[in-house]
Amino acid sequence: MGEGRPLVAGEARAPALVLDEPLSFWGGLDPETGRVIDVHHPQVGVDVTGRVLVMPSGRGSSSSSSVLVESIHAGTGPVAIVMREPDPIIALGAIVVRELFGTRFPVVVVDEATYRSLRTDAIVSVHADDAGATVELG
Amino acid sequence: MLDGERGEAARLAMRIVVELAGVMEADRLIDVASAHVDGCLYHGPASLEFAERLVAGGATVSVPTTLNTGSLDLLHPELVRETPERAHAAGRQMELYEAMGCRPTWTCAPYQLPGRPSFGQHIAWAESNAIVFANSVLGARTNRYGDFIDIAAAITGRVPRAGLHRDENRRAELVFRLSGISDRLLAEDVLYPVLGQLVGREAGSAVVAIEGLPPDTGEDRLKALGAAAASSGSVALFHAIGITPEAPSLEAALGGRPSSRTVEVTPERLRDARDELGTTSREDLAAVSLGTPHFSLAEFESLMPLLDGIRVNPRVDLFISTGRDVLAEVERRGWLFDLQAAGARIVTDTCTYITPIMRVEDGPVMTNSAKCAWYAPMNVGAEVVFGSLGECVRSAVRGRVWRDEGLWADG
Repeated sequence: MGEGRPLVAGEARAPALVLDEPLSFWGGLDPETGRVIDVHHPQVGVDVTGRVLVMPSGRGSSSSSSVLVESIHAGTGPVAIVMREPDPIIALGAIVVRELFGTRFPVVVVDEATYRSLRTDAIVSVHADDAGATVELG
Repeated sequence: MLDGERGEAARLAMRIVVELAGVMEADRLIDVASAHVDGCLYHGPASLEFAERLVAGGATVSVPTTLNTGSLDLLHPELVRETPERAHAAGRQMELYEAMGCRPTWTCAPYQLPGRPSFGQHIAWAESNAIVFANSVLGARTNRYGDFIDIAAAITGRVPRAGLHRDENRRAELVFRLSGISDRLLAEDVLYPVLGQLVGREAGSAVVAIEGLPPDTGEDRLKALGAAAASSGSVALFHAIGITPEAPSLEAALGGRPSSRTVEVTPERLRDARDELGTTSREDLAAVSLGTPHFSLAEFESLMPLLDGIRVNPRVDLFISTGRDVLAEVERRGWLFDLQAAGARIVTDTCTYITPIMRVEDGPVMTNSAKCAWYAPMNVGAEVVFGSLGECVRSAVRGRVWRDEGLWADG
């Protein structure tokens, strides 16, 4: 599997949920239930709770950091995010969750090959610190 | 600031700015001239906790800072159909941001306020439609700052030197070329949000150039285009060739490089984008919503003759969201009386698609805003119908959707 670039440090191990399209958390994720509510998203209705969320990039509103923080705080959020492209809005949500509540939430960018190897429901371990990041199956 | 000499809140704000600089691979921090903050919108207990912590830590902004919409209409509180608990928390969220020294402007269109940013100025703006307008139409420089970093930048006065603050990242990567679009459609406001919808879908977060728009395309059309492209995608900067300040020519917008891809914008693709904005075939409307982003004075000017001598169907609520400053001018011109006589209701400080105002359970909502059409189904549970301003007004009077199909005909 692969090494990645750490955007925000943390570690998590959980089943992956691979989104086929980017998701704007604001307007797209209900922080009370953890479900995708974006009617324009092909996977509307799926539950991100407790998952390593894998998606190509961020999308849409600059309020997405807040919705990510609310969902993690409410216990409905994912436990890590893996993307192909860096997204400062998502990274900010993870930074604030740590500053406010002490919760470590890794955000990692991986290359195309690693990204393509991730499948929904496969157990994925994510580790990110100042030295680097790894995303591994199992 | 990291040492805490400006207090705990400034230290937290600076930690956020510095860590974001690492994420964005910035070489250093730069000063910003102003900030526009979106954190005043209530998202839940965690966002309130963040604001409480900043105020308790002595936070004050160090640059002129305007505030985006909140979750309440403070001038017309009866319009918001929120639970008392949530309304209380939303009000507290707004108070806390004002307490940090931000101006209570409560508008998503800060570029309609006096003293807007100048060309080339570095700013820290939140709110996706304001960001894309500031970058594209004003030529100011901001990244897509969102909640938390917006107020952190306002408190510290600094942002990472990265992304759209740097020349090399402002060049277009993708070109949209209008082809075979009728002169009639090019002259209609409704083209622009639909074009923005298509651009956002195709471009994602890329910087784009758009070729073939009329040279006299006005600010409100560019506002609608940008707001749509920042909803269906994450577009933060577009260059309208021959119109926006960094795009006197396609070559200038591309910065001397070839574009990676050119997308032909045909009438057929525009019709598809338009159709994507509706979620229902129901025609019995409960509401018509105008003013996402907040209605400008010029938009009121176009609306007034359409409302002359008519009255909105009693089954339909016609809402127009706008900023307090624009509303004051509307009142001064005597238009508020005419708007109310026609049955229109003004919403300020918030917007119909982010807080429960419309009776969405009674029928679909029609709007001329692609941004409202995109978000209202998710945020307030509305079924939506998209149409031009003229179609919206006529539909509001009939109580049923009315369409001018000739608008979207070929060439």
